[in-house]
Amino acid sequence: MLLLDSFINIFLKAAFFENMVLAYFLGMCSFLAVSKSVKTAFGLGLAVIFVLGFTMPINWLITTYLLSDTGILGIDLTFLRFILFIAVIASMVQLVEMVIEKFSPSLYTSLGIFLPLITVNCAILGGSLFMVAREYNFTESVAFGLGGGFGWFLAILALAAIREKIKYSAVPAPLRGLGMAFLITGLMGVAFMSLMGIDPAALAGAK
Amino acid sequence: MAETAVAKKKEGGLAFGKKERRLIVDPLNENNPITVQVLGICSALAVTSLIFPSLVISIAVVFVCAFSSLTISLMRKYIPNSVRMIVMLVVIAALVTIVELFLKAFSFTVYKQLSVYIGLIITNCIVMGRLEAFAMANDPWRSFLDGIGNGLGYGAILLIIAFFRELLGKGTLFAGTPLALNIIGAGNDYLINTETSFLFGWYVNNNLMVMPAAAMFIIAILIWIQRARFPKLVDVS
Repeated sequence: MLLLDSFINIFLKAAFFENMVLAYFLGMCSFLAVSKSVKTAFGLGLAVIFVLGFTMPINWLITTYLLSDTGILGIDLTFLRFILFIAVIASMVQLVEMVIEKFSPSLYTSLGIFLPLITVNCAILGGSLFMVAREYNFTESVAFGLGGGFGWFLAILALAAIREKIKYSAVPAPLRGLGMAFLITGLMGVAFMSLMGIDPAALAGAK
Repeated sequence: MAETAVAKKKEGGLAFGKKERRLIVDPLNENNPITVQVLGICSALAVTSLIFPSLVISIAVVFVCAFSSLTISLMRKYIPNSVRMIVMLVVIAALVTIVELFLKAFSFTVYKQLSVYIGLIITNCIVMGRLEAFAMANDPWRSFLDGIGNGLGYGAILLIIAFFRELLGKGTLFAGTPLALNIIGAGNDYLINTETSFLFGWYVNNNLMVMPAAAMFIIAILIWIQRARFPKLVDVS
């Protein structure tokens, strides 16, 4: 019960209160570049949930059992962290790429270059590094991965929807496209800021 | 330097002519990595609330960008196409690890302050993007210059953002360094120990500017100004 509680807490926290994109501004490149239409945004969002949800526990196992001095090797190998994390992420992305290519060729072509670029999506590596910095345990790291991915998914979907609508408005020419996307993201960030600092654990206690 | 000497023989020299100059100057404005190529917005925006950390990150990015371009360009004929991403990432990750260990050894406070954002240079799309777009197809010397140019273009935007965010958000400039100045507003408790400033004591620090969202607004304004001045950059779609 306690385990489930902390799972839900971390999930909600990662998805809403400390949203990867809107609170920490991670994963911005693909967030801005792929949010032109809802359909591609949806596909990319799902891919990010998947990659984040899998890499986080794997990287947790790597840091705890391979890299720390209490692990199986008994040597402190923390300096290899970046290289190993990125290798795990790159191979996960490769896997997702193959799955999408097999089951949805149309999505595969519309995502184009941005699918391999999930590898360099800062949200993924950032998630793993946050996990290490905050000393999460295994369940928490799973929850953090899934929650973070879900938050990213929601955010890109929202931005894509807004951008589809705003195409019909009279925006000053120099601001059109990219400039507007930046402004909208900033405003969304401000809106999400009001959620920050809410502690789901305290809310549950108050009930 | 041995590598560049080899390059000299094979690829026509370390000339620094007009073309080479453009490699450095272009990314500063009309081909800027942030406002035009939309690369590398991700990691470093969160650190631009103060000038000093932004400066550190900028220098780190110039270093990583230049040397990863050089390395990849030297190896470009031996990298099989299918594994090039992994090779690039390993080179970048190794360089970033050097930066991280260096900061940890020589400037621990900055290291703590930047925390995960140092590691995030790896996934800074600008490094990877330039490797893919330039270093894979050009000789080492020009790739090196391209790396420096893009790193500088990135750093320039970062410093502009940081300047406004720190000035309006905290009322200071260069907080955390011996140069620290409290320019406007009442004194504040963060990294700087001044009671009140010598100018504009009535100014109340704007907390919005401290939030990462402010960086988005400032970039949007920069894009607006830049595209208004160079209409060919305007999005057609």
